[in-house]
Amino acid sequence: MTVPMNKLRGLCLLAFVSTLFAIEAHAQVTFERLLNASNEPQNWLTYSGDYAGNRFSPLDRVNTSNVNSLTAKWVYQTAATGKFETTPLVVDGILYATGQDDRAFALDARTGRPIWLFQHQLPSDIRPCCGRVNRGLAVLSDKVFLGTLDAHVIALDAKTANVIWDVVSADYKEGYSYTVAPLAVKNLVILGVSGGEYGIRGFIDAYDADTGQRKWRFYTVPGPGEPGHDTWEGDSWKIGGAPAWNTGVYDAKTNQIFWPTGNPSPSNRGEGRSGDNLYSNSLLALDADTGKLNWYFQFTKHDEHDWDATQVPIMIDSGDKHLIAQANRNGFFYLLDRATGKLLSTNAYARTTWSDSKDADGRPVPNQQSSPTPEGRTVCPGALGATNWMAPSFDARTNLFYVTAREQCDIFSTAPQPYEVGHAYYGSAYFPSDKAEPYWGALRAIDPASGQVKWEFRHISPTWSGVLSTAGGLLFTGDAEGNFIALDAALGKPLWHFQMGGAVYASPMAFAVDGKEYVAIAAGSSLYAFGLP
Amino acid sequence: MSGHKVRGQRIFRLALATAVLVLVAPSLLADEIRNPFSGDAKAAKSGEFEFRINCAFCHGLGARGGGRGPDLTRAHKRHGDADADLFQNISQGIPGTVMPANGTNGQGVGMTDDEIWQIITYLRSIQVQSPGKPVGNAAHGKELFYGDANCASCHMVEGSGGRLGPDLTAVGTARTVDSLVESVRTPSKRLAWGLTESTKEFAQEYRTVTVVTPDGREIKGVTLNEDQFSLQMMDTAEHVHLFEKDKVRSIQETRESLMPIYNLTILSDPDLDDIIAFLLGVGTK
Repeated sequence: MTVPMNKLRGLCLLAFVSTLFAIEAHAQVTFERLLNASNEPQNWLTYSGDYAGNRFSPLDRVNTSNVNSLTAKWVYQTAATGKFETTPLVVDGILYATGQDDRAFALDARTGRPIWLFQHQLPSDIRPCCGRVNRGLAVLSDKVFLGTLDAHVIALDAKTANVIWDVVSADYKEGYSYTVAPLAVKNLVILGVSGGEYGIRGFIDAYDADTGQRKWRFYTVPGPGEPGHDTWEGDSWKIGGAPAWNTGVYDAKTNQIFWPTGNPSPSNRGEGRSGDNLYSNSLLALDADTGKLNWYFQFTKHDEHDWDATQVPIMIDSGDKHLIAQANRNGFFYLLDRATGKLLSTNAYARTTWSDSKDADGRPVPNQQSSPTPEGRTVCPGALGATNWMAPSFDARTNLFYVTAREQCDIFSTAPQPYEVGHAYYGSAYFPSDKAEPYWGALRAIDPASGQVKWEFRHISPTWSGVLSTAGGLLFTGDAEGNFIALDAALGKPLWHFQMGGAVYASPMAFAVDGKEYVAIAAGSSLYAFGLP
Repeated sequence: MSGHKVRGQRIFRLALATAVLVLVAPSLLADEIRNPFSGDAKAAKSGEFEFRINCAFCHGLGARGGGRGPDLTRAHKRHGDADADLFQNISQGIPGTVMPANGTNGQGVGMTDDEIWQIITYLRSIQVQSPGKPVGNAAHGKELFYGDANCASCHMVEGSGGRLGPDLTAVGTARTVDSLVESVRTPSKRLAWGLTESTKEFAQEYRTVTVVTPDGREIKGVTLNEDQFSLQMMDTAEHVHLFEKDKVRSIQETRESLMPIYNLTILSDPDLDDIIAFLLGVGTK
């Protein structure tokens, strides 16, 4: 069949016009698209932007030469109070994000106008540890996936927010909850549970994306007869904690997920759970199809300071070396061999007073003076850690690993506390140290090979903002005073800032629609998108 | 028409019932909001653990007041003494203060109603019924405050006094006597908190700041607020200055308080007791 030339021209023109003025959203996000996320830099398809955890955007139209003219393009207000921790996803012009109290929303990514709003109905007696927060969604096929504060996993239709399936993972009354952005791998939705403050038994779950059927569960505290069970005293494993509340990464070559875990319970009292307390504060290499453990590396053995190892790890390939790096809450930067979990190097990137020596594997070991006492002892980093859940970033072009550091020392005290189902179970209290310097923070650039801090950009108070790096040679981060800041990724010099009017508890991301680039971040109770004029 | 009469009676009864309800309701309500664990020693123990996790960061171990939060062992509390008041303050926070609503601040956990009641039970169990009268002479303390001790040149009490330092109207209920003494004798040991922003983790401290302007003027005072790029300050003459940090010659900030150190030669212990008696009296009104 032949089409007359003028008709064809007309059709082309029509297509061109529709590209310019309208977006036709194709929400079908296949696993292949997630695997090759860097091929569609206009989209942000996973929590960290790619499976490696880089939080790097290949977009470069906003760059060091023009970032000083960046302006706010739109603001979306959730009208909710509390910390707003989301990292949005963007798929073909539609932005999907979560807010406080397990709300979710889809926006026209060019204008910030809502397409749908979803509010999960929470029971009145939920037990969120640290705010009624959520860090984001996963997308796969035509669905988005939400983990909730009452420990549900919910699949929503990406076009309408209709609930496709809703499954209960665990009993929220026992302290289980979800705050994590799930990770979609193949046809699985993978997420780790929160509740290390309640004496839960932690796990990582994988659900069939179509049906919600649970395909596997990995208990982060081994049961009787399983390897590692003997690292727990008596029955302490039953309430051993080790949650997994931040998003891991996926290595397609070996079909493994690398997922970090959190503190043993009770968080600040080691008495009653003597032993290493596996697999708390560890990085786990799990077979993505089965959840079978291939290797683990425990950063902090028998933790007594609530130093979760739940920071996003980043896979770094250097020549034939396949590495994985983490800037840990305990103040050390760790570089591991991704094939074996062997520790290659570790260096402090923040003030640490808890370790003066390393074991045979090169792992920092705690000194006698760091263990909490009834009266309390000052230890650095403090209870909130040298960093926390705020996302790091790696830029292969600068070869620098960027992390938000908190300089905060605290007095850790301990007290015998009986376990009661569903009650907070810390065995402790912590306070700011009188003598300490006021808390402050910094964005630090670490050379992964040497572990050395190359430069820092100092924050006047600690921030809970993560970091985004871009091919425009830029870093984006936020601060506790409400600024969104762009820096030169090579030198750490600030190039631009915008006052958003609320503190940042979120990590930035970038996307593009119609060739126009945006950088987005949550601050206060609003989501901001910035672009060139 | 009987029906009419009945209806009239009904309306009258309804109106009466409503009136009674309106009259009685507040006390009924107060009666209903009672601590279900009142006097329960086991609940008090659970409450102690909840307190350590959620409250001790500011109010100190044992609730005797840290540097930030008030001493909660006192029977009289500025924002209400009844169980219902305490429940309200813990669950909703206290607007205009650094006291956050339950579960919103990242400190501790989101507590259930029962857990909040357990904390109240614990607080009741350690409450000191009569903390003893202040040893000092409040009237003399007031004279000193506004006179020889010169406190009022920088501090305001009930609308009268200076602006450079924190308003001390509420300090008597907000701080322990020990921490008041500490602030007078060693002002730099723990700087007072100033501006608190709702979403921000830490309040602004009363830091001392010296700015050199582009034309070489040196301006010294107290930081009202600051971020990476701007500074808001009050100088010693109570002028408010707003600076963009990259447009001044220099900014030096220290945690040495602008407040003079009131040692024993400047202010005797009995005189300090008198001033504290004055402040405690103001705060408990």
